[in-house]
Amino acid sequence: MPIVTASVFFAYLLRLADDRLVLGHRLSEWCGHGPILEEDIALANIALDLIGEATLLLRLAGVTEGNARNEDALAYFRDATEYRNALITELPKGDFGFTIVRQLFFSVFSLLQMEALQRSASSDLAGIAGKAVKESRYHVRHSAQWVVTLGDGTGDSRARAQNAVDALWRYTGELFVSDSIEQEIAALGLGVDASTLAEPWCEQVEGILRRATLTVPPAGYMQRGGRVGRHTEHLGHMLSEMQIVARSYPGAIW
Amino acid sequence: MVGRSRPSRDELFEILDAVMDPEVPVLSVVELGIIRDVVVNDDGITVTITPTYSGCPAMREIETEIRRAIERHALGPVDIRTTYSPAWTTDWITEAARDKLEAYGIAPPDRAEFAELVPLFRRPAPVRCPYCKSLQTEQTSAFGTTACKSIWMCKACSQPFEEFKAI
Repeated sequence: MPIVTASVFFAYLLRLADDRLVLGHRLSEWCGHGPILEEDIALANIALDLIGEATLLLRLAGVTEGNARNEDALAYFRDATEYRNALITELPKGDFGFTIVRQLFFSVFSLLQMEALQRSASSDLAGIAGKAVKESRYHVRHSAQWVVTLGDGTGDSRARAQNAVDALWRYTGELFVSDSIEQEIAALGLGVDASTLAEPWCEQVEGILRRATLTVPPAGYMQRGGRVGRHTEHLGHMLSEMQIVARSYPGAIW
Repeated sequence: MVGRSRPSRDELFEILDAVMDPEVPVLSVVELGIIRDVVVNDDGITVTITPTYSGCPAMREIETEIRRAIERHALGPVDIRTTYSPAWTTDWITEAARDKLEAYGIAPPDRAEFAELVPLFRRPAPVRCPYCKSLQTEQTSAFGTTACKSIWMCKACSQPFEEFKAI
């Protein structure tokens, strides 16, 4: 792969991987704290899928970079400003309603993105996407059913779900921002320009919110910054916890 | 190649068929479809495997067990490669292996394409209880004790059980 292409592909792979690593870690914070046993297990399973996908993507990113960094080096030895996840993935886990609404927003996006990436000119990325598609289908089903249960549930569960929708909506725009990296990657046939996923995402998510008797927020200001390394204060705190063992004992194997 | 004379591909598959999945110990890595290819040449043996789920925590142990099984037979150096394409599917689990799963108490998976076609808000069709064979069953959760299983309840015999979920 030419050096210029490799550097843009590396940048793109970090976006894909960091979304899943950061959200996977946030979900893993529910382990032992789920509202019921089955949900505790479900959230831990979904976290495992996301962290597994991130591992494969970071490994490919390391090979693409050609600088001897493996998946562990990329996960544990990059600071917050070097992370390229969308802000929505790093927000604290909140209550169960917040976690489930975020899962719906991200899972629908992830399924659309991975379906498109199955056609990547990189057979490695296409292979990873092929597995992620199967896993994401289960994630979409899980969160969609819960959003309807909560939204069309008690007064309390409905209020919590609606609060989550209102609080998270302004973070959804960043998932679909097109920039030079997205455009170059699409032109090279390696990936998909995220802006093309906005329309099918809105159609699906709005349909599910309506079914849950929840109100779709009006169009408004959208937060952004994560894709270029400008994060909320929450990511640094999360990484300090996630990275402390690897940084305290560099080279340790477990 | 060190060790004894070059083993055949069939011989190697037989050896690998004795390597059990650590989380579903009734099935071998061959029966599960994790082994994609075995090549024997002058440099040694190359085994190509594919993970079941992206985050399957058993893959490292499976790799170690495969290496150990081949080395136990003194068949020379072994190289284990991982492929992600085509993505692993439960459709690769053989009929005989499905019977073993059911006898072990895990309902075998439906065809993968059927699972994909279930509408978003429709309950999955009942699966047969591996204990009393009733179809009066209900899914408790699509996520179970391992990435590859879901949790079910049998209303006929009041027994909770797991299903190897179609993917």
